[in-house]
Amino acid sequence: MTLLALQGGFADAPIASAHAFRAALTALSQPGQILSVTGAAPPAPVSVAAGVLLLTLVDGTTPVHLAGRYDCAALRDWLTFHTGAPLVAPEAASFALGTWADLQPVGRFAQGLPDYPDRSCTLIVEMAALSNTGSRLTGPGIADHARLNLPEVAAFQANRARFPLGFDAFFTAADQIAGLPRSTHVEDF
Amino acid sequence: MYVAVKGGERAIDNAHAWLAAERRGDAAVAELSLAQIRAQLSLAVNRVMAEGSLYDADLAALAIKQSRGDLIEAIFLIRAYRTTLPRLGASVPVETAQMAVIRRVSATFKDLPGGQVLGPTFDYTHRLLDFKLAAEGEALAAPATAAADLADVPHVTGFLNRDGLIEANPRSAAQPADLTREPMELPASRALRLQAITRGDEGFILSMAYSTQRGYGRTHAFVGELRIGMVAVEMEIPELGFAVEIGEIELTECETVNQFKGSKTEPPQFTRGYGLVFGQTERKAIAMSLVDRSLRWAELGEENSGAPAQDEEFVLMHADNIQATGFLEHIKLPHYVDFQSELELVRKLRAEVLAGTEAAE
Amino acid sequence: MTDQAYNFAYLDEQTKRMIRRAILKGVAVPGYQVPFASREMPMPYGWGTGGVQVTAACLVPEDRLKVIDQGADDTTNAVSIRKFFQRVAGVAVTEATQEATLIQTRHRIPDTSLSAGQILVYQVPIPEPLRFLEPRESETRKMHELEDYGLMHVKLYEDIARHGQIATSYAYPVKVEDRYVMDPSPIPKFDNPKLSNSPALQLFGAGREQRIYALPPFTHVVSLDFDDHPFVPSKADHACDLCDASDSYLDEVIIDDQGGRMFVCSDTDYCGGRRAAGHVGRLGEEAI
Ligand SMILES: [Zn+2]
Repeated sequence: MTLLALQGGFADAPIASAHAFRAALTALSQPGQILSVTGAAPPAPVSVAAGVLLLTLVDGTTPVHLAGRYDCAALRDWLTFHTGAPLVAPEAASFALGTWADLQPVGRFAQGLPDYPDRSCTLIVEMAALSNTGSRLTGPGIADHARLNLPEVAAFQANRARFPLGFDAFFTAADQIAGLPRSTHVEDF
Repeated sequence: MYVAVKGGERAIDNAHAWLAAERRGDAAVAELSLAQIRAQLSLAVNRVMAEGSLYDADLAALAIKQSRGDLIEAIFLIRAYRTTLPRLGASVPVETAQMAVIRRVSATFKDLPGGQVLGPTFDYTHRLLDFKLAAEGEALAAPATAAADLADVPHVTGFLNRDGLIEANPRSAAQPADLTREPMELPASRALRLQAITRGDEGFILSMAYSTQRGYGRTHAFVGELRIGMVAVEMEIPELGFAVEIGEIELTECETVNQFKGSKTEPPQFTRGYGLVFGQTERKAIAMSLVDRSLRWAELGEENSGAPAQDEEFVLMHADNIQATGFLEHIKLPHYVDFQSELELVRKLRAEVLAGTEAAE
Repeated sequence: MTDQAYNFAYLDEQTKRMIRRAILKGVAVPGYQVPFASREMPMPYGWGTGGVQVTAACLVPEDRLKVIDQGADDTTNAVSIRKFFQRVAGVAVTEATQEATLIQTRHRIPDTSLSAGQILVYQVPIPEPLRFLEPRESETRKMHELEDYGLMHVKLYEDIARHGQIATSYAYPVKVEDRYVMDPSPIPKFDNPKLSNSPALQLFGAGREQRIYALPPFTHVVSLDFDDHPFVPSKADHACDLCDASDSYLDEVIIDDQGGRMFVCSDTDYCGGRRAAGHVGRLGEEAI
């Protein structure tokens, strides 16, 4: 483990994670809303926002899958030191991190059980940028409709079709996050 | 002009001050020390540790003092305190075969290796009030206590096991779920059931066990062995690569030997019920082992007679006295919004019935 | 002033993470009861431990917290919970619904409309809407899985057959986004319409029963009924005797031993706000 792994955590964890959770809660309960978060300095290639989500939501009880180039020594060490999360294969993960391409096929991730739909994976999808353009979102959390530049549409439509099963997603870019729960209807636009 | 009742805050402060005064009682009487409670009310301390799921006799004594001797209230204080403690790790399983026993009895064998050790028991006392205790300053003759037997004391069920007369109980390396860190999930594993029962209310577990003895899910239990004593607690230290002793705790362990006529898949043999509780808590440990055995009906292919003690969900969801007392006592809280809506409903239903009756006349 | 002996908002970080993950699952599957490892809190089960844990997991130091019980800020348990969070989280408190960023409630939805960005946390005693029809968790879980709510409809229908109407006046069951039947906590059914399409986020915490569930803003919530017996939100057929409101939920207060009674808003902030604005009820006096 390098010295780098020991750095980049929350300076004041109770307060930083409270703010970060509130942002994550807003993001997931109001799909399409883009929020800023701060406090984490994870190693490359992880965005600040993804780092903040990991520090806020994962720990020794939540297996994490690192996809594609996110499965690197620097991040593994950083995550292990700061959260103690076990690193696992996609099928066993409670959280998964990577670009949308890295995470394919998303059908590998836990979709929940018919009697326990909560036993599903949450994807943290790294993006180049987030904007309120592109796909049209409707459903719980959205007054009329919202827009978000989703990486594709079909996978999220298929995910909605399985409701109440399915995965939930956070999208992250730089210090920004947005959320897309499985309950959202997504249309191409 | 109506003024709504105000001053909830002041009322609460006054109630707390009054409670503190009641707890202390007559200031002319010497105050109880924690050392006195710990030493002289040790079975109350043990119960609070067992049902509070926290092995700390000083904290249990403090909780008993603070709760004015209301043991469920004391258990509640301990549980609420326990919530705030960080989880540093888990011990390796304790070896009760290496217990330094102060008491060890078997109802199934007259004599056995390791011997019968009666220990400090109420069993053969005549329950006559001892008025000498009412006078303070008693001087006691020193009891003839044998030093706790430090050699291994083999389990009675081990003797039966050698002949295949009792079900095997192989060790499992599986990590048991932790009731205090994960929500209860039904059906529960036996490990989870035992966790729930060992911290469950002594009175409830006792009554459930008693009901099986009276025929509601009878399991024909004998006390194969009951033992009380200290055991070492060891923890694996990853940096060292082996387990080190971090302390010792007093435990009561009970293993029952139960008749079993066999099933389609199993030949007749004895089966086991198991109880393990913090401290000197033998009523609880025996009751626990009866309830454990009763809940095993499905695993052993026995008939479900519909008895309460066979009903896992019923037992596990109602054994916790902190959950029970909280929900029971919450009906003291104001419910006037709900009551008002019921009032409107009953008035409306009555009006309709009365109107109907008048129309019919 | 925060009590330094305890972590921010009392719970340790690992416990908060566990609760926060459960809240997010609840948000993602509106109306579904997410199991969570409820902790023993320093107040008894049944006195709001679920709501308190959800609030503790959501609070940030900048929040303005409002706590109500039966609609009132000054009921003893509301006072006690408010004090707890002042002590362990150091947050500002308010009685004004509009000023609050997070409201913890027992048995009421405020009569003042909630707005975007607010969180309403309900204390829930029995989260399972089917519990009094089927006491077993193992059975009710299956019913939710299969969307088998026939038992509930039978119960409501039997009410109509016997009483000519549905004889449930509080904790009236709702269906969320046409999927899960949900218990709205013991709010009077008068409050049920406010559950649907609220701009606020609604979170429900049941401590003793170890369940969390949620209604994101603008979630479609329907009170169960029949075409020929539509749901009717009801309240006492009076106006508030203090502020003359005709749109608020009313408590009935016995004022003498001759059977005299008056009706006053259960929402003390709503009533006070109206009186301050000059509204005067039958027995009210002009605000000074
Ligand atoms: Zn009013």
